[in-house]
Amino acid sequence: MAFSIIKPGLLDTIQDLGRHGFGNIGVNPGGAMDVYAAQVANLLVGNDQHEAVIEIHFPGPQILFEQNTLIAITGANFSPTINDEEIPRWQPVVVRKNTVLHFPSLVQGGRCYLSVHGGYCLKKWLNSYSTNLKAGAGGFAGLALKKGDELPFNENTIYFAGLLKNESNFETLPWRVNTEKIYQYPHEIGFLPGREWECLSPASKNGFLENNFLIHPSSDRMGYQLKGSPLALERHVEPVSSAVSFGTVQLLPSGQLIVLMADHQTTGGYPRIAHVVTAHLPKLAQLRPCDTIQFKLMDHAMAEQLLVSRQKELHILQRSCLDHLNEMVC
Amino acid sequence: MARLSSSYSIFPLGDSAITIDLGNCIDEYHNIKSIAIHDWLAARPFPGRLDVVAAYSSVTVFYDAAGLVLAGIAGPMGVYSWLEGLLRRAWEETAVLPAGLPAAEPRMVDIPVCYEGEYAPDLERVAAQKGLSPEEVVGLHTAGRYRVYMIGFLPGFPYLGRLDNRLDIPRKPQPETVRAGGVGIAGMQTGIYPLDSPGGWWIIGRTPVRLFDACAGSPALLKAGDQVRFLAIPSEGFREISFANSSLNL
Repeated sequence: MAFSIIKPGLLDTIQDLGRHGFGNIGVNPGGAMDVYAAQVANLLVGNDQHEAVIEIHFPGPQILFEQNTLIAITGANFSPTINDEEIPRWQPVVVRKNTVLHFPSLVQGGRCYLSVHGGYCLKKWLNSYSTNLKAGAGGFAGLALKKGDELPFNENTIYFAGLLKNESNFETLPWRVNTEKIYQYPHEIGFLPGREWECLSPASKNGFLENNFLIHPSSDRMGYQLKGSPLALERHVEPVSSAVSFGTVQLLPSGQLIVLMADHQTTGGYPRIAHVVTAHLPKLAQLRPCDTIQFKLMDHAMAEQLLVSRQKELHILQRSCLDHLNEMVC
Repeated sequence: MARLSSSYSIFPLGDSAITIDLGNCIDEYHNIKSIAIHDWLAARPFPGRLDVVAAYSSVTVFYDAAGLVLAGIAGPMGVYSWLEGLLRRAWEETAVLPAGLPAAEPRMVDIPVCYEGEYAPDLERVAAQKGLSPEEVVGLHTAGRYRVYMIGFLPGFPYLGRLDNRLDIPRKPQPETVRAGGVGIAGMQTGIYPLDSPGGWWIIGRTPVRLFDACAGSPALLKAGDQVRFLAIPSEGFREISFANSSLNL
Protein backbone atom coordinates (compact mmCIF):
# COMPACT_ATOMS: atom_id res chain seq x y z
CA MET A 1 0.00 0.00 0.00
CA ALA A 2 2.44 2.60 -1.19
CA PHE A 3 4.27 4.19 -3.99
CA SER A 4 7.96 4.06 -4.56
CA ILE A 5 10.49 6.49 -5.91
CA ILE A 6 12.07 5.01 -9.04
CA LYS A 7 14.19 8.09 -9.61
CA PRO A 8 14.38 11.06 -7.26
CA GLY A 9 13.93 14.65 -8.41
CA LEU A 10 16.06 17.69 -7.62
CA LEU A 11 14.42 18.21 -4.24
CA ASP A 12 11.33 16.22 -3.27
CA THR A 13 10.30 16.67 0.34
CA ILE A 14 7.31 15.95 2.50
CA GLN A 15 5.66 19.19 3.62
CA ASP A 16 2.48 20.38 5.24
CA LEU A 17 1.26 23.78 6.38
CA GLY A 18 4.25 24.22 8.68
CA ARG A 19 5.59 23.42 12.11
CA HIS A 20 4.24 26.26 14.18
CA GLY A 21 4.85 26.81 17.88
CA PHE A 22 8.57 26.03 18.22
CA GLY A 23 10.16 29.34 17.29
CA ASN A 24 11.25 29.79 20.86
CA ILE A 25 13.64 26.82 20.55
CA GLY A 26 14.86 28.01 17.16
CA VAL A 27 12.85 25.56 15.08
CA ASN A 28 11.42 27.30 12.03
CA PRO A 29 7.98 26.60 10.59
CA GLY A 30 9.19 25.26 7.23
CA GLY A 31 6.21 23.80 5.39
CA ALA A 32 5.09 24.18 1.79
CA MET A 33 6.47 27.19 -0.08
CA ASP A 34 3.11 27.52 -1.86
CA VAL A 35 0.70 26.87 0.99
CA TYR A 36 -2.34 27.45 -1.20
CA ALA A 37 -1.34 24.78 -3.73
CA ALA A 38 -0.62 22.34 -0.89
CA GLN A 39 -4.03 22.98 0.68
CA VAL A 40 -5.88 22.56 -2.61
CA ALA A 41 -3.98 19.35 -3.46
CA ASN A 42 -5.35 17.85 -0.27
CA LEU A 43 -8.89 19.16 -0.58
CA LEU A 44 -9.24 17.87 -4.16
CA VAL A 45 -8.72 14.28 -3.01
CA GLY A 46 -10.96 14.61 0.02
CA ASN A 47 -8.22 15.10 2.63
CA ASP A 48 -7.97 17.57 5.44
CA GLN A 49 -5.83 20.51 4.34
CA HIS A 50 -3.24 19.68 7.01
CA GLU A 51 -2.30 16.29 5.51
CA ALA A 52 1.23 15.80 4.23
CA VAL A 53 1.95 16.43 0.54
CA ILE A 54 5.12 16.02 -1.51
CA GLU A 55 6.71 19.24 -2.70
CA ILE A 56 8.44 18.66 -6.01
CA HIS A 57 11.04 20.83 -7.75
CA PHE A 58 12.12 20.49 -11.36
CA PRO A 59 13.51 18.07 -12.52
CA GLY A 60 10.83 16.02 -10.77
CA PRO A 61 10.89 12.40 -9.63
CA GLN A 62 9.58 9.24 -11.24
CA ILE A 63 7.09 7.50 -9.02
CA LEU A 64 5.64 4.00 -9.30
CA PHE A 65 2.13 3.51 -7.89
CA GLU A 66 1.88 0.12 -6.26
CA GLN A 67 -1.89 0.35 -5.84
CA ASN A 68 -4.86 2.13 -7.38
CA THR A 69 -5.15 5.51 -5.81
CA LEU A 70 -6.59 8.98 -6.13
CA ILE A 71 -4.05 11.78 -6.52
CA ALA A 72 -3.96 15.49 -7.28
CA ILE A 73 -1.12 17.62 -8.57
CA THR A 74 -1.22 21.37 -7.99
CA GLY A 75 1.16 24.30 -8.25
CA ALA A 76 3.84 24.50 -10.94
CA ASN A 77 3.34 22.98 -14.36
CA PHE A 78 5.98 20.30 -14.90
CA SER A 79 3.66 18.59 -17.46
CA PRO A 80 2.93 15.50 -15.33
CA THR A 81 2.30 12.23 -17.15
CA ILE A 82 1.07 8.76 -16.22
CA ASN A 83 2.80 6.19 -18.43
CA ASP A 84 3.67 9.03 -20.81
CA GLU A 85 0.11 10.31 -21.13
CA GLU A 86 -0.36 13.85 -19.85
CA ILE A 87 -2.66 14.24 -16.86
CA PRO A 88 -4.38 17.46 -15.76
CA ARG A 89 -3.30 19.52 -12.78
CA TRP A 90 -5.60 21.07 -10.16
CA GLN A 91 -7.96 18.15 -10.70
CA PRO A 92 -8.31 14.76 -8.97
CA VAL A 93 -7.06 11.79 -10.97
CA VAL A 94 -7.53 8.09 -10.24
CA VAL A 95 -4.36 6.25 -11.23
CA ARG A 96 -4.06 2.54 -11.88
CA LYS A 97 -1.75 0.25 -10.01
CA ASN A 98 1.71 -0.25 -11.60
CA THR A 99 1.68 3.00 -13.56
CA VAL A 100 4.48 5.55 -13.44
CA LEU A 101 4.15 9.27 -12.74
CA HIS A 102 6.75 11.38 -14.46
CA PHE A 103 7.40 15.11 -14.93
CA PRO A 104 9.12 15.39 -18.33
CA SER A 105 9.25 19.14 -18.91
CA LEU A 106 9.19 22.44 -17.12
CA VAL A 107 6.43 24.66 -18.46
CA GLN A 108 6.00 27.14 -15.66
CA GLY A 109 6.37 27.62 -11.93
CA GLY A 110 8.69 26.83 -9.06
CA ARG A 111 7.30 23.77 -7.31
CA CYS A 112 4.33 21.45 -7.51
CA TYR A 113 2.50 19.38 -4.91
CA LEU A 114 1.38 15.77 -4.99
CA SER A 115 -1.35 14.58 -2.66
CA VAL A 116 -2.85 11.10 -2.30
CA HIS A 117 -6.29 10.28 -0.99
CA GLY A 118 -6.07 9.41 2.71
CA GLY A 119 -2.65 11.02 3.01
CA TYR A 120 0.83 9.59 3.43
CA CYS A 121 1.27 7.44 6.50
CA LEU A 122 4.09 9.19 8.37
CA LYS A 123 4.92 10.17 11.90
CA LYS A 124 4.77 13.81 12.87
CA TRP A 125 7.79 15.51 14.40
CA LEU A 126 6.96 18.44 16.70
CA ASN A 127 3.38 18.36 15.54
CA SER A 128 4.10 18.57 11.81
CA TYR A 129 4.93 16.36 8.83
CA SER A 130 7.19 18.98 7.24
CA THR A 131 10.76 17.96 6.49
CA ASN A 132 13.37 19.98 8.37
CA LEU A 133 16.51 19.17 6.40
CA LYS A 134 18.75 21.12 8.76
CA ALA A 135 17.65 19.21 11.83
CA GLY A 136 17.30 15.98 9.82
CA ALA A 137 13.86 15.46 11.26
CA GLY A 138 10.22 15.37 10.18
CA GLY A 139 8.93 14.25 6.79
CA PHE A 140 10.34 10.97 5.50
CA ALA A 141 13.34 10.13 7.74
CA GLY A 142 14.21 13.84 7.88
CA LEU A 143 15.56 13.72 4.32
CA ALA A 144 14.63 14.56 0.76
CA LEU A 145 13.10 11.55 -1.00
CA LYS A 146 15.59 9.27 -2.68
CA LYS A 147 15.65 6.25 -4.95
CA GLY A 148 13.88 3.25 -3.52
CA ASP A 149 11.93 5.13 -0.84
CA GLU A 150 8.52 3.56 -0.31
CA LEU A 151 5.85 5.87 0.98
CA PRO A 152 2.95 4.12 2.64
CA PHE A 153 -0.54 5.64 2.43
CA ASN A 154 -3.08 5.79 5.17
CA GLU A 155 -5.81 3.16 4.85
CA ASN A 156 -8.61 4.24 2.60
CA THR A 157 -12.01 2.76 2.10
CA ILE A 158 -12.74 3.80 -1.48
CA TYR A 159 -12.62 1.14 -4.17
CA PHE A 160 -10.85 3.10 -6.90
CA ALA A 161 -10.71 0.29 -9.45
CA GLY A 162 -14.42 0.84 -10.03
CA LEU A 163 -13.68 4.34 -11.30
CA LEU A 164 -11.15 3.18 -13.90
CA LYS A 165 -12.44 2.35 -17.36
CA ASN A 166 -11.13 -0.76 -19.10
CA GLU A 167 -7.50 -0.51 -20.08
CA SER A 168 -7.14 3.14 -19.11
CA ASN A 169 -4.18 4.00 -16.92
CA PHE A 170 -5.97 6.85 -15.23
CA GLU A 171 -9.32 8.54 -14.97
CA THR A 172 -9.78 12.25 -14.38
CA LEU A 173 -12.61 13.12 -12.03
CA PRO A 174 -14.87 15.92 -13.18
CA TRP A 175 -14.10 18.73 -10.78
CA ARG A 176 -11.33 21.26 -10.83
CA VAL A 177 -10.23 24.47 -9.16
CA ASN A 178 -10.08 27.83 -10.83
CA THR A 179 -6.81 29.34 -9.67
CA GLU A 180 -6.77 32.35 -11.94
CA LYS A 181 -7.36 34.86 -9.17
CA ILE A 182 -4.66 33.51 -6.89
CA TYR A 183 -1.83 33.62 -9.41
CA GLN A 184 -2.87 36.57 -11.60
CA TYR A 185 -0.28 39.28 -12.19
CA PRO A 186 2.41 36.81 -11.14
CA HIS A 187 5.20 39.38 -10.95
CA GLU A 188 3.35 41.91 -8.82
CA ILE A 189 4.06 41.18 -5.20
CA GLY A 190 2.06 43.08 -2.57
CA PHE A 191 3.88 44.26 0.53
CA LEU A 192 3.31 46.04 3.81
CA PRO A 193 6.03 48.43 5.04
CA GLY A 194 8.39 46.93 7.60
CA ARG A 195 9.70 48.40 10.83
CA GLU A 196 12.70 50.07 9.13
CA TRP A 197 10.86 51.19 5.98
CA GLU A 198 10.92 54.78 7.21
CA CYS A 199 14.71 54.61 7.61
CA LEU A 200 15.17 54.22 3.84
CA SER A 201 16.30 57.30 1.96
CA PRO A 202 13.54 58.82 -0.21
CA ALA A 203 15.39 57.72 -3.33
CA SER A 204 15.57 54.15 -2.03
CA LYS A 205 11.86 54.14 -1.19
CA ASN A 206 11.14 55.18 -4.75
CA GLY A 207 13.59 52.62 -6.06
CA PHE A 208 11.87 49.88 -4.08
CA LEU A 209 8.45 50.89 -5.38
CA GLU A 210 9.39 51.49 -8.98
CA ASN A 211 12.23 49.18 -9.93
CA ASN A 212 12.11 45.54 -10.87
CA PHE A 213 14.08 43.05 -8.83
CA LEU A 214 15.59 39.90 -10.23
CA ILE A 215 15.38 36.63 -8.30
CA HIS A 216 18.99 35.51 -8.07
CA PRO A 217 19.85 31.88 -9.00
CA SER A 218 21.17 31.26 -5.48
CA SER A 219 17.60 31.59 -4.13
CA ASP A 220 16.12 28.58 -2.39
CA ARG A 221 13.56 27.49 0.21
CA MET A 222 15.35 29.60 2.83
CA GLY A 223 15.23 32.87 0.97
CA TYR A 224 15.09 34.67 -2.36
CA GLN A 225 18.12 36.84 -2.97
CA LEU A 226 17.03 39.82 -5.03
CA LYS A 227 19.22 41.73 -7.43
CA GLY A 228 18.42 45.34 -8.20
CA SER A 229 19.84 48.82 -7.80
CA PRO A 230 21.17 48.94 -4.22
CA LEU A 231 19.06 50.62 -1.55
CA ALA A 232 20.41 52.78 1.24
CA LEU A 233 19.26 53.77 4.69
CA GLU A 234 19.01 57.44 5.47
CA ARG A 235 19.46 56.77 9.12
CA HIS A 236 21.81 54.06 10.37
CA VAL A 237 19.88 51.41 12.29
CA GLU A 238 21.12 48.25 13.87
CA PRO A 239 18.21 46.15 15.03
CA VAL A 240 19.16 43.56 17.67
CA SER A 241 18.04 40.07 16.64
CA SER A 242 14.32 39.52 16.76
CA ALA A 243 11.77 37.21 15.17
CA VAL A 244 11.37 37.29 11.39
CA SER A 245 8.70 35.71 9.24
CA PHE A 246 7.99 34.06 5.89
CA GLY A 247 7.87 37.05 3.55
CA THR A 248 10.07 39.44 5.55
CA VAL A 249 12.19 41.55 3.18
CA GLN A 250 15.56 42.35 4.74
CA LEU A 251 18.13 44.88 3.60
CA LEU A 252 21.63 43.37 3.56
CA PRO A 253 24.76 45.46 4.20
CA SER A 254 25.47 45.31 0.43
CA GLY A 255 22.27 47.28 -0.28
CA GLN A 256 20.63 44.21 -1.81
CA LEU A 257 17.46 42.57 -0.54
CA ILE A 258 16.54 39.09 0.60
CA VAL A 259 12.98 37.81 0.97
CA LEU A 260 12.77 35.17 3.68
CA MET A 261 10.91 32.07 2.50
CA ALA A 262 9.51 28.94 4.18
CA ASP A 263 12.81 27.61 5.57
CA HIS A 264 13.96 30.99 6.93
CA GLN A 265 15.79 31.07 10.24
CA THR A 266 13.64 32.09 13.21
CA THR A 267 15.40 35.35 14.08
CA GLY A 268 17.40 37.96 12.26
CA GLY A 269 19.03 41.34 12.72
CA TYR A 270 18.98 43.00 9.30
CA PRO A 271 16.68 45.98 8.76
CA ARG A 272 13.15 44.89 7.89
CA ILE A 273 12.17 46.99 4.90
CA ALA A 274 8.94 45.24 4.00
CA HIS A 275 6.81 42.14 4.37
CA VAL A 276 5.26 40.33 1.42
CA VAL A 277 1.54 39.99 2.09
CA THR A 278 0.73 36.41 3.02
CA ALA A 279 -1.84 36.08 0.22
CA HIS A 280 0.89 36.75 -2.36
CA LEU A 281 3.42 34.23 -1.03
CA PRO A 282 2.01 31.48 -3.31
CA LYS A 283 2.72 33.69 -6.35
CA LEU A 284 6.23 34.35 -5.12
CA ALA A 285 6.79 30.64 -4.44
CA GLN A 286 5.95 29.90 -8.08
CA LEU A 287 8.49 32.35 -9.51
CA ARG A 288 11.82 30.98 -10.64
CA PRO A 289 15.41 32.18 -10.52
CA CYS A 290 15.91 34.99 -13.07
CA ASP A 291 12.22 35.96 -12.94
CA THR A 292 11.65 39.56 -11.95
CA ILE A 293 9.26 40.96 -9.39
CA GLN A 294 7.80 44.35 -8.72
CA PHE A 295 6.66 45.35 -5.26
CA LYS A 296 3.22 46.95 -4.81
CA LEU A 297 2.28 48.78 -1.65
CA MET A 298 -0.86 47.35 -0.09
CA ASP A 299 -2.76 48.24 3.04
CA HIS A 300 -3.11 46.01 6.05
CA ALA A 301 -6.89 45.67 5.86
CA MET A 302 -6.72 44.65 2.21
CA ALA A 303 -4.01 42.05 2.93
CA GLU A 304 -6.18 40.55 5.68
CA GLN A 305 -9.29 40.61 3.53
CA LEU A 306 -7.52 38.58 0.85
CA LEU A 307 -6.69 35.93 3.45
CA VAL A 308 -10.21 35.82 4.83
CA SER A 309 -11.87 35.43 1.44
CA ARG A 310 -9.34 32.80 0.43
CA GLN A 311 -10.06 30.83 3.61
CA LYS A 312 -13.79 31.01 2.91
CA GLU A 313 -13.24 29.74 -0.62
CA LEU A 314 -11.18 26.86 0.70
CA HIS A 315 -14.00 25.90 3.08
CA ILE A 316 -16.44 25.81 0.17
CA LEU A 317 -13.97 23.83 -1.94
CA GLN A 318 -13.54 21.30 0.84
CA ARG A 319 -17.28 20.75 1.20
CA SER A 320 -17.91 20.40 -2.51
CA CYS A 321 -14.98 18.04 -3.06
CA LEU A 322 -16.23 15.79 -0.30
CA ASP A 323 -19.77 15.86 -1.71
CA HIS A 324 -18.56 15.01 -5.22
CA LEU A 325 -16.35 12.24 -3.93
CA ASN A 326 -19.18 10.71 -1.94
CA GLU A 327 -21.46 10.79 -4.98
CA MET A 328 -18.83 9.11 -7.16
CA VAL A 329 -18.25 6.18 -4.90
CA CYS A 330 -21.68 5.53 -3.43
CA MET B 1 23.04 48.29 33.03
CA ALA B 2 20.03 50.21 31.81
CA ARG B 3 16.86 50.00 33.85
CA LEU B 4 13.66 49.03 32.17
CA SER B 5 12.20 52.03 30.47
CA SER B 6 8.46 52.40 30.59
CA SER B 7 8.21 52.81 26.87
CA TYR B 8 7.63 50.13 24.33
CA SER B 9 6.43 50.00 20.77
CA ILE B 10 4.11 47.62 19.01
CA PHE B 11 4.27 47.18 15.26
CA PRO B 12 3.12 44.74 12.58
CA LEU B 13 5.56 42.21 11.14
CA GLY B 14 3.51 41.86 7.97
CA ASP B 15 -0.13 40.72 8.05
CA SER B 16 0.46 37.54 10.08
CA ALA B 17 2.66 38.61 12.99
CA ILE B 18 2.91 41.45 15.49
CA THR B 19 5.89 42.49 17.61
CA ILE B 20 6.25 44.31 20.90
CA ASP B 21 9.68 45.87 21.17
CA LEU B 22 10.92 46.99 24.58
CA GLY B 23 13.80 49.09 23.36
CA ASN B 24 16.00 47.32 20.80
CA CYS B 25 18.79 46.55 23.24
CA ILE B 26 20.78 43.70 24.75
CA ASP B 27 20.51 43.82 28.51
CA GLU B 28 19.29 41.54 31.21
CA TYR B 29 16.39 43.65 32.43
CA HIS B 30 14.72 44.02 29.05
CA ASN B 31 15.33 40.35 28.36
CA ILE B 32 13.68 39.30 31.63
CA LYS B 33 10.66 41.41 30.76
CA SER B 34 10.54 39.91 27.24
CA ILE B 35 10.53 36.40 28.64
CA ALA B 36 7.80 37.35 31.12
CA ILE B 37 5.66 38.74 28.29
CA HIS B 38 6.33 35.61 26.26
CA ASP B 39 5.22 33.38 29.13
CA TRP B 40 2.12 35.50 29.76
CA LEU B 41 1.10 35.22 26.11
CA ALA B 42 2.02 31.54 25.84
CA ALA B 43 -0.37 30.82 28.71
CA ARG B 44 -3.27 32.52 26.90
CA PRO B 45 -3.89 30.71 23.59
CA PHE B 46 -6.54 31.94 21.17
CA PRO B 47 -7.91 30.49 17.91
CA GLY B 48 -5.54 31.27 15.05
CA ARG B 49 -2.44 31.74 17.20
CA LEU B 50 0.53 30.01 15.61
CA ASP B 51 3.53 30.90 17.77
CA VAL B 52 5.00 33.26 20.35
CA VAL B 53 8.72 33.99 20.00
CA ALA B 54 10.85 35.95 22.47
CA ALA B 55 14.13 37.54 21.42
CA TYR B 56 16.64 39.91 23.12
CA SER B 57 14.18 42.68 23.87
CA SER B 58 11.07 41.80 21.90
CA VAL B 59 8.26 39.31 21.63
CA THR B 60 6.48 38.38 18.41
CA VAL B 61 3.11 36.67 18.07
CA PHE B 62 2.49 34.78 14.83
CA TYR B 63 -1.12 34.22 13.82
CA ASP B 64 -3.43 33.11 11.05
CA ALA B 65 -5.41 36.28 10.36
CA ALA B 66 -8.22 34.45 8.55
CA GLY B 67 -8.54 31.97 11.42
CA LEU B 68 -8.84 34.82 13.91
CA VAL B 69 -11.43 36.68 11.85
CA LEU B 70 -13.52 33.60 11.15
CA ALA B 71 -13.45 32.62 14.83
CA GLY B 72 -14.96 36.03 15.58
CA ILE B 73 -12.38 36.78 18.27
CA ALA B 74 -11.51 40.30 17.30
CA GLY B 75 -14.99 41.65 16.69
CA PRO B 76 -15.49 45.01 15.01
CA MET B 77 -12.15 46.46 16.14
CA GLY B 78 -10.28 44.21 13.72
CA VAL B 79 -7.57 41.63 14.21
CA TYR B 80 -4.59 43.95 14.47
CA SER B 81 -6.13 46.27 17.07
CA TRP B 82 -7.24 43.31 19.11
CA LEU B 83 -3.71 41.88 19.10
CA GLU B 84 -2.26 45.27 19.92
CA GLY B 85 -4.53 45.37 22.96
CA LEU B 86 -3.43 41.89 23.97
CA LEU B 87 0.26 42.85 23.82
CA ARG B 88 -0.38 46.03 25.79
CA ARG B 89 -2.11 43.97 28.47
CA ALA B 90 0.79 41.51 28.46
CA TRP B 91 3.20 44.40 29.08
CA GLU B 92 1.08 45.85 31.87
CA GLU B 93 0.39 42.58 33.65
CA THR B 94 3.94 41.27 33.69
CA ALA B 95 5.38 42.95 36.70
CA VAL B 96 9.11 43.11 36.99
CA LEU B 97 10.45 43.16 40.52
CA PRO B 98 11.50 46.62 41.71
CA ALA B 99 15.17 45.82 41.32
CA GLY B 100 14.49 44.32 37.91
CA LEU B 101 15.67 40.94 39.11
CA PRO B 102 14.11 37.65 38.09
CA ALA B 103 11.76 36.08 40.63
CA ALA B 104 13.34 32.64 40.36
CA GLU B 105 16.99 31.61 40.45
CA PRO B 106 18.04 30.84 36.88
CA ARG B 107 19.03 27.30 36.01
CA MET B 108 22.83 26.92 35.77
CA VAL B 109 24.14 24.68 33.00
CA ASP B 110 27.81 23.67 32.71
CA ILE B 111 29.03 23.09 29.15
CA PRO B 112 32.34 21.23 28.76
CA VAL B 113 34.38 22.68 25.90
CA CYS B 114 37.61 21.54 24.30
CA TYR B 115 39.63 24.61 23.27
CA GLU B 116 42.45 22.62 21.65
CA GLY B 117 43.73 21.81 18.15
CA GLU B 118 41.14 20.85 15.57
CA TYR B 119 38.33 21.72 17.98
CA ALA B 120 39.40 25.37 18.05
CA PRO B 121 40.06 26.34 14.41
CA ASP B 122 39.92 30.11 14.99
CA LEU B 123 41.51 30.37 18.45
CA GLU B 124 44.95 31.43 17.22
CA ARG B 125 43.52 34.06 14.87
CA VAL B 126 41.28 35.51 17.60
CA ALA B 127 44.22 35.64 20.00
CA ALA B 128 46.42 37.36 17.43
CA GLN B 129 43.76 39.93 16.57
CA LYS B 130 43.09 40.74 20.23
CA GLY B 131 46.74 40.82 21.25
CA LEU B 132 46.22 37.95 23.71
CA SER B 133 47.66 34.49 24.06
CA PRO B 134 45.32 31.57 23.23
CA GLU B 135 45.41 30.64 26.94
CA GLU B 136 44.24 34.13 27.86
CA VAL B 137 41.35 33.91 25.39
CA VAL B 138 40.28 30.59 26.92
CA GLY B 139 40.73 32.01 30.41
CA LEU B 140 38.48 34.96 29.65
CA HIS B 141 35.88 32.79 27.95
CA THR B 142 35.66 30.27 30.80
CA ALA B 143 35.64 32.99 33.47
CA GLY B 144 32.27 34.31 32.34
CA ARG B 145 28.79 33.43 33.54
CA TYR B 146 26.54 33.84 30.55
CA ARG B 147 22.86 34.45 30.26
CA VAL B 148 20.90 32.69 27.50
CA TYR B 149 19.18 35.73 26.03
CA MET B 150 17.37 33.85 23.33
CA ILE B 151 17.33 30.76 21.15
CA GLY B 152 17.31 31.48 17.43
CA PHE B 153 19.09 31.22 14.09
CA LEU B 154 19.29 27.40 14.21
CA PRO B 155 17.33 24.84 16.22
CA GLY B 156 18.64 25.13 19.79
CA PHE B 157 21.27 27.84 19.07
CA PRO B 158 21.72 29.92 22.27
CA TYR B 159 22.66 33.59 22.10
CA LEU B 160 24.82 34.05 25.21
CA GLY B 161 26.07 37.27 26.73
CA ARG B 162 27.78 39.28 27.64
CA LEU B 163 31.27 38.49 26.53
CA ASP B 164 34.30 40.09 28.16
CA ASN B 165 35.16 43.36 26.35
CA ARG B 166 38.61 42.07 25.64
CA LEU B 167 37.15 39.37 23.35
CA ASP B 168 34.92 41.74 21.36
CA ILE B 169 35.63 40.91 17.71
CA PRO B 170 33.57 41.62 14.57
CA ARG B 171 32.05 38.71 12.67
CA LYS B 172 34.06 37.00 9.95
CA PRO B 173 33.70 38.72 6.59
CA GLN B 174 32.48 35.47 5.02
CA PRO B 175 30.63 32.62 6.76
CA GLU B 176 32.57 29.36 7.02
CA THR B 177 31.46 25.83 7.75
CA VAL B 178 31.07 25.14 11.46
CA ARG B 179 30.85 21.65 12.95
CA ALA B 180 28.06 20.81 15.37
CA GLY B 181 29.12 21.76 18.89
CA GLY B 182 31.29 24.65 17.68
CA VAL B 183 31.57 27.39 20.33
CA GLY B 184 31.80 30.79 18.66
CA ILE B 185 32.25 34.42 19.58
CA ALA B 186 31.21 37.60 17.75
CA GLY B 187 30.71 41.10 19.07
CA MET B 188 29.77 40.89 22.72
CA GLN B 189 28.13 37.52 22.22
CA THR B 190 29.08 33.88 22.42
CA GLY B 191 27.06 30.94 21.17
CA ILE B 192 27.09 27.25 20.36
CA TYR B 193 26.26 25.75 16.95
CA PRO B 194 23.93 22.80 17.61
CA LEU B 195 24.19 21.50 14.03
CA ASP B 196 26.70 21.60 11.19
CA SER B 197 26.07 24.95 9.55
CA PRO B 198 27.66 27.87 7.79
CA GLY B 199 28.47 30.50 10.42
CA GLY B 200 30.16 33.87 10.71
CA TRP B 201 31.31 33.58 14.34
CA TRP B 202 34.91 32.75 15.35
CA ILE B 203 35.12 29.16 16.58
CA ILE B 204 37.34 28.94 19.64
CA GLY B 205 36.28 25.52 20.91
CA ARG B 206 33.85 22.65 20.59
CA THR B 207 31.55 20.92 23.05
CA PRO B 208 30.70 17.22 22.90
CA VAL B 209 27.32 18.04 24.48
CA ARG B 210 24.35 17.83 22.20
CA LEU B 211 22.52 21.16 22.16
CA PHE B 212 19.66 19.91 20.03
CA ASP B 213 18.32 16.36 19.90
CA ALA B 214 15.42 15.97 17.49
CA CYS B 215 14.38 12.68 19.12
CA ALA B 216 14.15 14.06 22.65
CA GLY B 217 10.87 15.10 24.22
CA SER B 218 12.22 18.62 24.64
CA PRO B 219 14.79 18.84 21.85
CA ALA B 220 16.65 21.99 22.91
CA LEU B 221 19.05 21.69 25.85
CA LEU B 222 18.94 25.37 26.74
CA LYS B 223 16.19 27.92 27.02
CA ALA B 224 16.06 31.67 27.33
CA GLY B 225 16.83 32.74 30.89
CA ASP B 226 19.27 29.89 31.69
CA GLN B 227 22.82 30.61 32.89
CA VAL B 228 25.74 28.94 31.17
CA ARG B 229 29.31 28.32 32.29
CA PHE B 230 32.02 26.86 30.03
CA LEU B 231 34.43 24.30 31.48
CA ALA B 232 37.66 23.64 29.59
CA ILE B 233 38.29 19.93 28.92
CA PRO B 234 41.26 18.23 27.22
CA SER B 235 40.81 16.61 23.82
CA GLU B 236 40.86 13.11 25.41
CA GLY B 237 37.96 14.27 27.54
CA PHE B 238 36.08 15.43 24.46
CA ARG B 239 36.28 12.00 22.89
CA GLU B 240 35.23 10.29 26.12
CA ILE B 241 31.98 12.19 26.42
CA SER B 242 30.03 10.35 23.79
CA PHE B 243 27.48 12.18 21.74
CA ALA B 244 24.94 9.49 22.44
CA ASN B 245 24.99 10.03 26.19
CA SER B 246 25.65 13.67 26.20
CA SER B 247 22.39 15.03 27.54
CA LEU B 248 23.34 16.74 30.76
CA ASN B 249 21.66 15.63 33.94
CA LEU B 250 20.10 18.82 35.15
